[in-house]
Amino acid sequence: MKLVVIAAGLSEPSSTRLLADRLAGATGRLLPVRTRVVELRDLAVDIAKHLVSGFPSPALREVLEAVAAADGLIVVTPVFTASYSGLFKSFFDVLDRTALVGKPVLLAATGGSARHSLVLEHALRPMFSHLRAATLPTAVFAASPDWGSGAEAGGEELAGRIDRAAAELAAALGHAAPVRTNDELVPFAEQLAALGLD
Amino acid sequence: MQFGIFTVGDLTPDPHSGRPPGEQERLKAMVAIARKAEEVGLDVFATGEHHNPPFVTSSPTTLLAYIAAHTEKLILSTSTTLITTNDPVKIAEDFAVLQHLSDGRADLMMGRGNTGPVYPWFGKDIRQGIPLAIENYALLHKLWREESVDWKGRFRTPLQGFTAVPRPLDGVPPFVWHGSIRSPEIAEQAAYYGDGFFANHIFWPTQHFQQLIELYRTRYAHYGHGTAEQAYVGLGGQIFMKKNSQDAIRTYRPYFDNSPVYRGGPALEEYIEQTPLSVGSPQEIIEKTLTFREHFGDYQRQLFLMDSGGIPLKTVLEQLDILGEEVLPVLRKEFALGRPADVPAGPTHAARAARAAGAR
Repeated sequence: MKLVVIAAGLSEPSSTRLLADRLAGATGRLLPVRTRVVELRDLAVDIAKHLVSGFPSPALREVLEAVAAADGLIVVTPVFTASYSGLFKSFFDVLDRTALVGKPVLLAATGGSARHSLVLEHALRPMFSHLRAATLPTAVFAASPDWGSGAEAGGEELAGRIDRAAAELAAALGHAAPVRTNDELVPFAEQLAALGLD
Repeated sequence: MQFGIFTVGDLTPDPHSGRPPGEQERLKAMVAIARKAEEVGLDVFATGEHHNPPFVTSSPTTLLAYIAAHTEKLILSTSTTLITTNDPVKIAEDFAVLQHLSDGRADLMMGRGNTGPVYPWFGKDIRQGIPLAIENYALLHKLWREESVDWKGRFRTPLQGFTAVPRPLDGVPPFVWHGSIRSPEIAEQAAYYGDGFFANHIFWPTQHFQQLIELYRTRYAHYGHGTAEQAYVGLGGQIFMKKNSQDAIRTYRPYFDNSPVYRGGPALEEYIEQTPLSVGSPQEIIEKTLTFREHFGDYQRQLFLMDSGGIPLKTVLEQLDILGEEVLPVLRKEFALGRPADVPAGPTHAARAARAAGAR
């Protein structure tokens, strides 16, 4: 079972990466998965070049192929200007538009304040619905106070959300559909027939 | 194997002067480039068809007929003719006239245009791009093969007992290529009719096109036109040469950095490494072009883009001299080596007319 984790955090250390690792770890405890974490920061220039040239560098191509071949994804973005980061969006802009069809995707985001948490529902979920991914019901938002240790600071609550989301992902991976390919050839006679030609 | 050049007829400014060529200047430059192509021993000149600035190539058969009058052997083609927005009746007529006047030196390549807005300019609906390409070509194919055509389609008024004139020269329609950069439907269409398939093959990595050409070859065999290896494949390429590599790269870089296609993305060196773009010594151009055969199998036509992005006419003509003197003879020799006897040569009217006469 192949799990790819996309983390769009930019700082080092990154709370986005930390959340990504927590989610991947929780999933791994429920199901034997091979996990690969991709930090988009390392691909930032390649992604920008792809937007301009229309094709990926070898390094980016390898990651795009890994995403397409994955059984499920965990995607984590920091909240920038009330939405997902531009880098996060650009990565999915250059991904093949059928790469995520039917694939379980766990949505997650980080931000300075819990007031941004609906970004998951208002920005990320519609984008992944457009890509026809099977987004999981629980999406996880971690605000700065959530990283405090005790229940009072919300720390235990975050741990609970992580476990719930991971359980949903593990369940979905347990009966995941096989990875699709997008080469469905329509024989020419059918193309002619559709136009009423012989 | 045929070698030639293809142009988009752009009015990109020369980055050294900042001045774009005038429209008449550019059209006459394209004629000069075509005449030079014949002089240095190339086989084909092809022009794009665009209906928006900064291009001047809105009327390909006018340009090609003028070039035909100034050349003897050069095959005149398009890259591409818009099968979606041109009336197939007019394409049938225009190219038949060109075919007669050029003594059979005309063929053409079907395409769907460089921009979405071209559809409404000609009263068409972009959402019907592929169906238009399929229906219009089905009619064009018939018009060149049947004297009296009855036709009913979705996208134009019906025809009853219509005859497209003039009839194709010697009863042999111009050879047709179908160009596509990403649509398997078009590869399938080319295979169905036993026509040629042209992969523009520039601006993207080679593997991008391998699947499409593989699909075309397989389906060509499926439809019984020959073996997969006998399918008619054409490829694009883009080259810039100087005696040594460093000079080629130094001279070409300002054109690359200001190119409407290339600027702002990967660096020149990355494009050279990852795409068919060849900038270097004649030997490097030869070596890279020869790799195309390894990727796509023995093929029939190689067209190079040499005059776009603001390169002045004088430089283009010099480039053609180097191509003719130092590159072309070696490519002809090397591509012939190990080429199976049953793989067809590039399509010519003479060979196709002889075959048609034999069949009759």
